[in-house]
Amino acid sequence: MSLDRIRNFSIVAHIDHGKSTLADRILEVTDTLTAREMREQVLDTMDLERERGITIKAQAVRVEWKGHQLNLIDTPGHVDFTYEVSRALQACEGALLVVDAAQGIEAQTLANAYLAIENDLEIVPVVNKIDLPQADPDSTAAEVAELVGDDPERVLRISAKTGEGVEAVLDALVERIPAPGGDPEAPARALVFDSSYDQYRGVVAFVRVVDGSFRPRERLRAMAQGTRFEPEELGFFSPDRVPTASLEAGEVGYVMTGLKDVSRLRVGDTLTSQERPAGQALPGYKDVKPTVFAGLFPTESDDYPELRDALERLKLSDASLFYEPETSRALGFGFRCGFLGLLHMEIVRERLEREFDLDLLVTAPNVAYRVITQAGEELEVHNPAEFSREFERVEEPFIRATTIVPKEYVGTVMELNNERRGQFDHMEYLSESRVLLIYDLPLAEIVYDYYDQLKSRTKGYASFDYDVTGFQEGALVRVDILLASDPVDALSLIVHREFAYDRGRALVERLRQEIPRQMFDVPIQAAIGTRIIARETIKARRKDVLAKCYGGDISRKRKLLERQKKGKKRMKQVGTVEIPQEAFLAVLDLNGERRS
Amino acid sequence: MTAPPGDVGVGVGHLYVHLPFCAHRCGYCDFVTLVGRPEQHARYVDALLGELELERSFLREPLDTIFFGGGTPTFTEPAALRGLLEALPSASEVTIEANPETVTPELAKLLVGRGVTRVSLGVQTFQPRLLEVLERRAQPDDVRRAVYHLRDAQIDNISLDLIYGIPGQEPSDLERDLDEALALEPDHLSCYELEAKPGTRFTHAYGDELARQGEAMEGYFERVVERLVAAGYRWYETANFCRPERRSRHNLGYWLGRDYLGLGIGAVTTVAGLRWRNAPSLGGYLGAIEDGRAPARELEPIDASTRSRERLMLGLRLDEPVPFVDVAGAVNAEALLRLERLRLVERPPGGLILTRRGRFLGGAVTVELLKESLEMATL
Repeated sequence: MSLDRIRNFSIVAHIDHGKSTLADRILEVTDTLTAREMREQVLDTMDLERERGITIKAQAVRVEWKGHQLNLIDTPGHVDFTYEVSRALQACEGALLVVDAAQGIEAQTLANAYLAIENDLEIVPVVNKIDLPQADPDSTAAEVAELVGDDPERVLRISAKTGEGVEAVLDALVERIPAPGGDPEAPARALVFDSSYDQYRGVVAFVRVVDGSFRPRERLRAMAQGTRFEPEELGFFSPDRVPTASLEAGEVGYVMTGLKDVSRLRVGDTLTSQERPAGQALPGYKDVKPTVFAGLFPTESDDYPELRDALERLKLSDASLFYEPETSRALGFGFRCGFLGLLHMEIVRERLEREFDLDLLVTAPNVAYRVITQAGEELEVHNPAEFSREFERVEEPFIRATTIVPKEYVGTVMELNNERRGQFDHMEYLSESRVLLIYDLPLAEIVYDYYDQLKSRTKGYASFDYDVTGFQEGALVRVDILLASDPVDALSLIVHREFAYDRGRALVERLRQEIPRQMFDVPIQAAIGTRIIARETIKARRKDVLAKCYGGDISRKRKLLERQKKGKKRMKQVGTVEIPQEAFLAVLDLNGERRS
Repeated sequence: MTAPPGDVGVGVGHLYVHLPFCAHRCGYCDFVTLVGRPEQHARYVDALLGELELERSFLREPLDTIFFGGGTPTFTEPAALRGLLEALPSASEVTIEANPETVTPELAKLLVGRGVTRVSLGVQTFQPRLLEVLERRAQPDDVRRAVYHLRDAQIDNISLDLIYGIPGQEPSDLERDLDEALALEPDHLSCYELEAKPGTRFTHAYGDELARQGEAMEGYFERVVERLVAAGYRWYETANFCRPERRSRHNLGYWLGRDYLGLGIGAVTTVAGLRWRNAPSLGGYLGAIEDGRAPARELEPIDASTRSRERLMLGLRLDEPVPFVDVAGAVNAEALLRLERLRLVERPPGGLILTRRGRFLGGAVTVELLKESLEMATL
């Protein structure tokens, strides 16, 4: 198809503002899917995506509208996947910016709108959910117009749910979004903006062809990584895979690479022909680094090989997942895993438990620290247990946090951010009632219970987003926890010196509540080095015996004890102390009350 | 099936007879009981004797012990009870459970005249308001009267059952119960913590309260042991205390892992590596026996490994060491060392025994000591 008949666009929105519903409606209006084939969130194929109402992997689907080929690239909306989003946006010329008419602009709306603007996309602003009784389309349209620098009259008003205005959206896409540039005659270049893994056919690359054209069985090369392969098939999504004889400049589609390992073809790389290679790769490739780390241990130590296999297989479809073997004195053999963020961590853990049927113990997450030794060596530390005291200085990752709240909660958010070592940057009024706050915060301060605190203190009104901005030196110390005088490595945490005493005391108190009484007194101590900063004692049980055990019904009593024995397997034996799994997460929730 | 050591070939010396009838079902009870039905008592006793005939070949006569449990055995119609006592083989210890309000001079005479040597009285508490919580019908005076009637009839081996940990029971209530019980100079005392068993009316009504006061009542067991030991009683089993030479030989049979034959609905038998439990239905039981058949039974083979686990669980309840060879197969050696270090378990030559503190934690210590085994994996 000639370039001027092609439009490539994505939809960006804050969570729950109706992105997936609009995508569904577009498929329906363009007859790509009949109403009978529709199910909610067609493009979100993972169970997890549908349940959580989020998109984890990008998707691309081709629809026909009035003689044009429209390629919709559905992107993950979450901060953890910003890099994926930015690659997906690079594959487009325009973006639909969808804002809920009742909610107005939220933190992710901003983050994604700025990303789209940075990528020079033509933004088509859309106010959705105008059918809701509490909708305020006019003021939302004014907010959005202000944000993207457009006329409020040009902001489309639709209801993706009822279908009202969806055809006008398609018309606007054709009118306002520029046709793709690129040279159909030049050596072939295509941007890999996402990939997935097919159990039988290997890595499937999602590509946007920029120059030239691609054909099956033509030998290709990924320019950044140097990976070579011969694609078995090319095609596009409608929304199922439809093979084609070629992918031409300007088009979006997939390439069946036949590769068996997703790490050999990274998002952001450029595909070219081996026979007639392009001189220069497309810009923007970078190696994404995990920011949040946690130990993953099988609940049953026998399951270690299963966990290893599961991580290997998950890594095939999730190149950003990082893992290395870890041995904990307390928890045995497991893996230290790196994630793009907390949501990514949660997703990986849920996929491991659901798709691989594993029972996991996940330690409290921590960030990656940069430790500069006295010898001047720079180390990256992923695990508090490896955090030694012999160093010149330590640097920790910082984020730029964007928070949008109704103005009455500004003080609340400031207070929370101050408690978390936040540095105020600036604030602005988005409208009379809504305020945007920008803070720099240590990432470590949000991996604990920051989200929960923010949500509960603002009664759920705050929206929050962040970008990792770099490293800053911090006065950090490691707080160790000792149970019955034995240090428990999996409970160590790294905190700012100023908070060490409070955190240590809170953790010790939480552990006293979480760890059941044992057959002897168990002192719990928090220590920095050899200095004890907090102490509690779990008093020994005084009695634990079946009162009545006479009569011939011995089997029932025996089974009772045997069941107790089995129940104990869910506890981790650390030295002489038995610790329930929940205790290892106590550190996550120091301000909360014990879950009863 | 591996034959267990012990009384195989020699014959079973312990007989349990279940008499399920009660005047009233107490809220906390989860035994097999039937309220009233006086017209069926005689027929049930006939069936018991019918079942005895079916299994008699297992027995070694004269028996060592017979134990009549319930229900309220002394609530059984006197004629039926008399018939039963007269028809059973003789034994050197014959115990019957009795509720205090059922003990009259006539009953005492009936019992002693037909070989009963020991009576276990279900006292539970001497506090009227706590008796009400337990739905017990006897009043404190009934208990005293019952003891006098039994003594008058020359029954010189009397055991009192006490329950502690009753909702609303204050430490001073417990002290008074112990005072009152000791004043009666019983030969034997069984002191049980009240268990809120799932599904009972009682748990429905008091379960939450019991869970709340659980920790506060932790010291009650210690107090019971202190008081009774100080009064000269031997703490010979976790919940049982006796004057010298007054252990319950029948219950000791269970704790030492001996075989026993049980008659009646819900009764359990363990003989030569096989355990069975009669179905609890009265109609089914009567019908089967009257047809000359064994009643419906739940069978469970007790293999060598199960047996050694049971020996461990039961043997550690006693104040005498369990022979190590009997339990070695069930013990996790590492856990044993750990528990020895914690001074909860001791190993006198050839045996295994709990320390004083270990006995208070006996359940937890046993669980810890138990080796993981394949049989357990099927739970």
